[in-house]
Amino acid sequence: MSLITLHYDVPGDDFTRAGEASGNVKTHLKKLGFNPTVVRNVVIALYEAEINMVIHAGGGEIDVEIDPDQIRMVLTDHGPGIPDVELAMQEGYSTAPDNVRALGFGAGMGLPNIKKYTDDMQIETEIGVGTTMRLRVDVPA
Amino acid sequence: MTVREIQEILSAQVICGEEFLDREVFSACGSDMMSDVLAYVKEQAVLLSGLVNPQVVRTAEMMDMQCIVFVRGKYPDDSIIGLARDRDIVLLSTQYPMFASCGMLYEKGLRGGAI
Ligand SMILES: Nc1ncnc2c1ncn2[C@@H]1O[C@H](COP(=O)(O)OP(=O)(O)O)[C@@H](O)[C@H]1O
Ligand SMILES: [Mg+2]
Repeated sequence: MSLITLHYDVPGDDFTRAGEASGNVKTHLKKLGFNPTVVRNVVIALYEAEINMVIHAGGGEIDVEIDPDQIRMVLTDHGPGIPDVELAMQEGYSTAPDNVRALGFGAGMGLPNIKKYTDDMQIETEIGVGTTMRLRVDVPA
Repeated sequence: MTVREIQEILSAQVICGEEFLDREVFSACGSDMMSDVLAYVKEQAVLLSGLVNPQVVRTAEMMDMQCIVFVRGKYPDDSIIGLARDRDIVLLSTQYPMFASCGMLYEKGLRGGAI
């Protein structure tokens, strides 16, 4: 059984609120006493994914399951989908417009960052339908 | 170095977090690209940025950073200040541009941390 499950609706029209869900997850993990490295790995990956959901896909939903030995995150959006996931995973690849770059994102580092900070990352995506990202961070014994 | 020393070196205005100025900080980074901060920064306690939006505070939050210095006289709005207050993050604003700010802190012994 999961220690705790969390659900968030991420609005797609308000960049200033992007990161609220990730910040809230961080508060929970800290309160539950997870070690700072685990907390940081989870929230960095989740924050990048939440930002992507807002800037590329018009928002979506986040579900988090927290177990003592692993944290699982599922991010679902109904955005445009990712035509070439392998390409999107490359450092520096970005389709973000200049106005997003002016806000400090769109360097094409999001997906590589997510990969780097998680133990498992699965992307299911369909053009015109949306993207589901499944992330897992293991808690070292 | 303490946050107070950073404030003095940069002749910075304290926007919020006055009560945390005695915090010890050991390293800093300067960037306007939040993804770079999230990718490369480890254990840095201070973020210098010319960018003013809520995501700068959120990035600092995710990275457990203690202090944000807005360079070149940039000043955040009330919603950004509120976010920082809620997270116990000190906000400073200096008139010096990014390059000079980093240089002055480096000269006084603040480092970039491990790469
Ligand atoms: N949820 C998503 N929906 C649609 N496209 C996405 C999504 N997430 C990422 N992408 C695509 O993958 C590219 C790379 O993502 P990322 O590495 O986070 O870089 P950035 O967000 O800085 O552009 C994006 O520019 C975008 O084209
Ligand atoms: Mg991104």
